Amino acid sequence: MTDVTAMTATQIAGLVATGAASAVEVTQAHLDRIAAVDGRVNAFLHVDTEGALAAARDVDARRAAGAELGPLAGVPVAVKDVLTTKGVPTTVGSKILEGWRPPYDSTIVQRLRAAGTVMLGKTNMDEFAMGSSTEYSAYGPSRNPWDTDRIPGGSGGGSAAALAAYEAPLAIGSDTGGSIRQPGAVTGTVGAKPTYGGTSRYGLVAFSSSLDTPGPCARTVLDAALLHAAIGGHDPRDSTSIPAPVPDVVAAAKLGATGDLSGVRLGIVTEFGGEGAEPGVTAAFNEAVDTLTKLGAEIVEISCPHFRYALPAYYLIAPSECSSNLARFDGVRFGLRTGDDGNRSLEEVMSLTREAGFGPEVKRRIMLGTYALSSGYYDAYYGQAQKVRTLITRDFTAAFERVDALISPTTPFVAFPLGARTSDPYQMYLADLFTIPSNLYGGPGISVPCGLSEGLPVGLQVMAPTMADDRMYRVAAALESAVGTLTPPTM
Amino acid sequence: MTTTLPAYDEVVARYEPVIGLETHVELGTNTKMWCGCPTDFGGEPNTRVCPVCLGLPGSLPVANSAAIEATIRIGLALNCSIAQWCRFARKNYFYPDMPKNFQISQYDEPLCFDGYLDVEVDGELVRIGIERVHLEEDTGKTLHVGGATGRIHGATESLVDYNRAGIPLVEIVTKPIPGTGALAPEVARAYVTELRDVIRSLGVSDVRMEEGSLRCDVNTSLNLPGEEWGTRTETKNVNSLRSVERAVRSEMLRQASVLEAGGRITQETRHFHEDTGDTTPGRSKETATDYRYFPEPDLVPIAPDPAWVAELKAALPELPRLHRRRLQQAWGLSDADMQSVLNAGAVELIEQTVAAGASPAAARKWWLGELSRRANETGVELADIGATPAQVAELQGLVDAGKLNDKLARTVLEGVVAGEGSPTEIMTNRNLEVVSDTGALTAAVDEAIAANPAIADKVRSGKVAAAGALVGAVMKTTRGQADAQTVRTLILDRLNAQS
Repeated sequence: MTDVTAMTATQIAGLVATGAASAVEVTQAHLDRIAAVDGRVNAFLHVDTEGALAAARDVDARRAAGAELGPLAGVPVAVKDVLTTKGVPTTVGSKILEGWRPPYDSTIVQRLRAAGTVMLGKTNMDEFAMGSSTEYSAYGPSRNPWDTDRIPGGSGGGSAAALAAYEAPLAIGSDTGGSIRQPGAVTGTVGAKPTYGGTSRYGLVAFSSSLDTPGPCARTVLDAALLHAAIGGHDPRDSTSIPAPVPDVVAAAKLGATGDLSGVRLGIVTEFGGEGAEPGVTAAFNEAVDTLTKLGAEIVEISCPHFRYALPAYYLIAPSECSSNLARFDGVRFGLRTGDDGNRSLEEVMSLTREAGFGPEVKRRIMLGTYALSSGYYDAYYGQAQKVRTLITRDFTAAFERVDALISPTTPFVAFPLGARTSDPYQMYLADLFTIPSNLYGGPGISVPCGLSEGLPVGLQVMAPTMADDRMYRVAAALESAVGTLTPPTM
Repeated sequence: MTTTLPAYDEVVARYEPVIGLETHVELGTNTKMWCGCPTDFGGEPNTRVCPVCLGLPGSLPVANSAAIEATIRIGLALNCSIAQWCRFARKNYFYPDMPKNFQISQYDEPLCFDGYLDVEVDGELVRIGIERVHLEEDTGKTLHVGGATGRIHGATESLVDYNRAGIPLVEIVTKPIPGTGALAPEVARAYVTELRDVIRSLGVSDVRMEEGSLRCDVNTSLNLPGEEWGTRTETKNVNSLRSVERAVRSEMLRQASVLEAGGRITQETRHFHEDTGDTTPGRSKETATDYRYFPEPDLVPIAPDPAWVAELKAALPELPRLHRRRLQQAWGLSDADMQSVLNAGAVELIEQTVAAGASPAAARKWWLGELSRRANETGVELADIGATPAQVAELQGLVDAGKLNDKLARTVLEGVVAGEGSPTEIMTNRNLEVVSDTGALTAAVDEAIAANPAIADKVRSGKVAAAGALVGAVMKTTRGQADAQTVRTLILDRLNAQS
């Protein structure tokens, strides 16, 4: 048997379904791979060896009993530590939840279990999903398998690095401003942010409720689509979940893989040009645009005048919501409690707990958001940002009257060296310049590898209208069929 | 500060009070506001909880549609406009009994707004403006252990019970109520009473102040005639109808004494003390928290279908005030008599007793007489006395059928209250039925005549009034179970005397 860790999820599922490999063998191979390389990658915060093997045995038993298995049965998956897992530690990359074992599964994890996937463990992330490099994780940064001195993106760098290091064929991320797509781009993997409300947030530890979107990460577009189909769809426990079926993303990925984009109109956003992206990224993107044209797509330039205000609006809305969402971490009911010596007041213990438990970026955003929501400032900051959000949504709506999807580089720069941007928050925030608009709008976006710049992966982003997630999979799969998947150097 | 309070008459002669009331009502929905946990009162601490009402990381609220419907019905009963589109909002502040450290409430977009409630005070209608009716979630309860008073001050530890956290809570806020003068305390009480009755008539809450399912904050200010309204205080911990009245009165007296001494009123929260009947200062509003309200992003807006709201409006029950008016007429009661029925809390009991077959007069007699007396003696609410309207109607039926006389009926009623069973069962088991078997009665009569020959002679000689002694003797031997009128007739027949 060839090394299963090098296979796609689709291939692994085929092996398990035919009995060519057992789910336990597949799982053990990935656990072995994690043991071999994760010391250098630090993709995982927790490896659930026992739970993974038990799940794998269950799949094998069901197959032996003749049960019908789903298209991802027996396929290992790595889950970003932002999703609750019953009895399995969930830290959100923060000291404040160190040791917390949730009493319940998130909807995404429930659906992963129901699909017969095997959860290997929980992946590293910037604390509370705030960051673009995993350097804000309280448990040390993850490293990019392409160059372990470089960042794997963030916040979901752990999930992307696990894919690129062949520790898992599938992973779950969450995307608030680009946390699935940007790590996908800089690790040469595929990451999709579904339509907001298309995947359930129940059990996703909230950063910014109106933006957070869990989604699939994989090494191929088809694998991402299969994972998307498995986790997506209406959840009555999430009020913002859309009560409609998931668009047929798997069929769209298969259609795109034929390499035919004739009749598809793609828009390039004028405002993303200029000095936004570094030259190597722009070059790789332009080459991909030529490829898309050759595949039959019509390319037009489109102005989205309000996109330039997306970053500032995002950095008011997301911190505002986070300042409220993170209030519950006070040491009273779960997680860290500091300074409870029997003499200190409740207020002191709460303050000491939050002081000790939250890292600097989280504190910065809590303070930003608290300020933006304050009486007398609300209208000027939060209120104004909401108006910008409406205008950006109108830009998207107008654009999608002319084109089927928008394309851009996923992120302005390739994987940067560890430490290069931590001293200047704004330089870090720029990583999400091209991904944030679709979070504010709520529409789906996907990052697919489109080439290399200085030997490092570059991603192309496809943005589609809300609930038209299938369109972006078609375009991404077509590009993938022409460019091929990117294979990182063997570690 | 010890001051001599001025006389109430002097206060209201000099100052004009403005009052306002904020009332919280816990809805009697089966489940909590955002999750499926049960809402029953009490229970072992922290047993009626789940990730959602504990605010665990990752959990999300889903609005209880029954609570939204109940709130709209309250709003409609209070003549409010119903929002066509509104949102929940987060009210952010840290407190350990609030699991998320924010309360999901409503801010500038209440579900119901701009209504009124008419209440009767001294036979006059007073229209109380309703500013808003909105829906929010209740908090948990904090128990401070080790302190002298159960307050946080001096406590060695605090325990939190989240069973109550997330129970749907409706907040009803009046507009400021000026112009009530000396009647302000009574108006406040009448409003809360009427509000309670309206909500109870809707069947959306049990509105029990003693269990906290109806809680009231009272705002009070004083001003000199012709001047602007004064600084108001907000009195909390007002836990009974009587306390509502006392709290307003006490606060009017206190504020007047401060103003008379040349002081100024501090805008603050004050706590009412049931035992002393006065208020003490709580937290000062001058350092008020900034709640940083913003629209709740985890919930979608509420947009009630106007046609559905119209249906709810059409299906509202009769207002308690109008209902009472109709009953008063049906029962043929004077205003004073109706007032005594109201004061006894007996309206519904009498109504249900009449519905079960008793005459209004008989129903009123039992509930306001024997049963009210027992309720007063034992200190329980009349409704909780242990006798049901159906049982009282059954009892009266036995009296009407001649099976029980008044005295026996009272004995049977004691058995009912003691939980011995239905009136018929008690009558049979305790052998209390009126002796109507004339054979047995005739024997008892003959016995009495034989034992009292002198009296019998008097009766025979025409002194009919003397028969009373013989009746008494017969009643004694039959242990009161004979019908006195029947006994008398039998005696006179036996002695050939005319009645």
